[in-house]
Amino acid sequence: MEYIVLLFSEIYKILYVLIPVLVSVAMIVWLDRRIWAFVQKRRGPNVVGPFGLFQTLADALKYIFKEIIIPASSNKIIFILAPIVTMTLALIAWAVIPFSEDYVLADINVGILYIFAISSLGVYGIIMGGWASNSKYPFLGSIRSAAQMVSYEVSIGVIIINVLLCVGSLNLSDIVLAQEKIWFVIPLFPMFVIFFISSLAETNRPPFDLPEAEAELVAGYQTEYSGMMYAMFWLGEYANILLMCALGSILFLGGWLAPMNIPLFDIVPPPVWLILKILFLFVLFALIKAIVPRYRYDQLMRLGWKVFLPFSLIWVVLTSGYLLYFDLLPVY
Amino acid sequence: MNIIRIFKTVFLIDFLTGLLIAIKESFKPKKTLNYPFEKGKISPRYRGEHALRRYPNGEERCIACKLCEAVCPAQAITIESTAREDGSRKTTRYDIDMLKCIYCGLCEESCPVDAIVQGPNFEFATHTREELYYNKEKLLENGDRWENVLAANIKADNPYR
Repeated sequence: MEYIVLLFSEIYKILYVLIPVLVSVAMIVWLDRRIWAFVQKRRGPNVVGPFGLFQTLADALKYIFKEIIIPASSNKIIFILAPIVTMTLALIAWAVIPFSEDYVLADINVGILYIFAISSLGVYGIIMGGWASNSKYPFLGSIRSAAQMVSYEVSIGVIIINVLLCVGSLNLSDIVLAQEKIWFVIPLFPMFVIFFISSLAETNRPPFDLPEAEAELVAGYQTEYSGMMYAMFWLGEYANILLMCALGSILFLGGWLAPMNIPLFDIVPPPVWLILKILFLFVLFALIKAIVPRYRYDQLMRLGWKVFLPFSLIWVVLTSGYLLYFDLLPVY
Repeated sequence: MNIIRIFKTVFLIDFLTGLLIAIKESFKPKKTLNYPFEKGKISPRYRGEHALRRYPNGEERCIACKLCEAVCPAQAITIESTAREDGSRKTTRYDIDMLKCIYCGLCEESCPVDAIVQGPNFEFATHTREELYYNKEKLLENGDRWENVLAANIKADNPYR
């Protein structure tokens, strides 16, 4: 009996995180298209529901009722598994994201490592999809995305080390609480910029959307997918984008903390602050999608390995030197 | 020169300028129409869906001269005709294959009695191909439905014919 109660309370907690995430993914797709349209002076989806808010739901319904085509020459098990892996990995990373002091599903002490591990695994979904399709464009797309995600993960890892040096803990709630005096975006501003650009590359967003460059690779690793399986890739992609925005706001923008310790800001519940910060970062994501052209592949690799990685490594040395010299190293 | 370039690259100056322009542009009025609810202006000469017109007394205009059939470059029109009891020549069959039609407007131009015209309607998509093989009834029905607009269009375009 005890186990059943525990089980249901855990499921309730999981749904309490998962359903808002899924709903906001749908809303964020709408916002993305809308902002893209606005920059290009178009109207964007505005027919389904108020302001077109239900457009994504309509799209999802369409995908559900479409036929799933599995290519005859594909490896069927892996082909079906790939979108499931992508979406699951994008969603389970949300387990450690703290929405407020006590609103976190799993308050584990290696939260940031967990997220890092999960987002590294995300490459597998794409590689499996590209390889199992047994077709040249998905294959090339997945190879590209693997190389790209691995390269930028390295620099993201080094950037996270910067933050960890200032915090002294891998727990995401501790990282947020360490920013009570000052958000890390101010002392570590260059790192924030590099983190932001790397997260664009990590989530295959323009200008780094080479894995799905439609001009040369049709749709990259998604070429052979249709119906619900395509929708799951799509959902996973946007859940990942949202996750990167959440990570950016937790690492640099003070997570669920109010902007300043002004009494008036305390009225707003902490999750709202986190959501506002995620939204701010996402609007930047969407604006960047609208204004930048796509990188060439060698430029992408050059940026990742020759610019971001050395720069963030130097910054690690600077940060640790500064902390050591002024005896500011956090003690835990 | 080089230093300025390095400065611009490091501080993402060009990128931030682009971002600012994007934000500014997104508040300007939209260039696109809210299509199904508002439509663009259409010229009186617009070559849309075909229609067969009637005289005000209800008599069909078409005299089965078959000029449109002869001039049609896509050979989309098929006409069969017969003499009626009163001696006038009328069509028994007037088919347009809307899938063959290239919407060039030559049938409308060749018609001596302004019977076959191309109206302003461009929203006649169908679910099946068969629905786009128009026959005489369908064309006459189109003519009845759009007569006001068609007459106005022909009048407006008259000085330039």
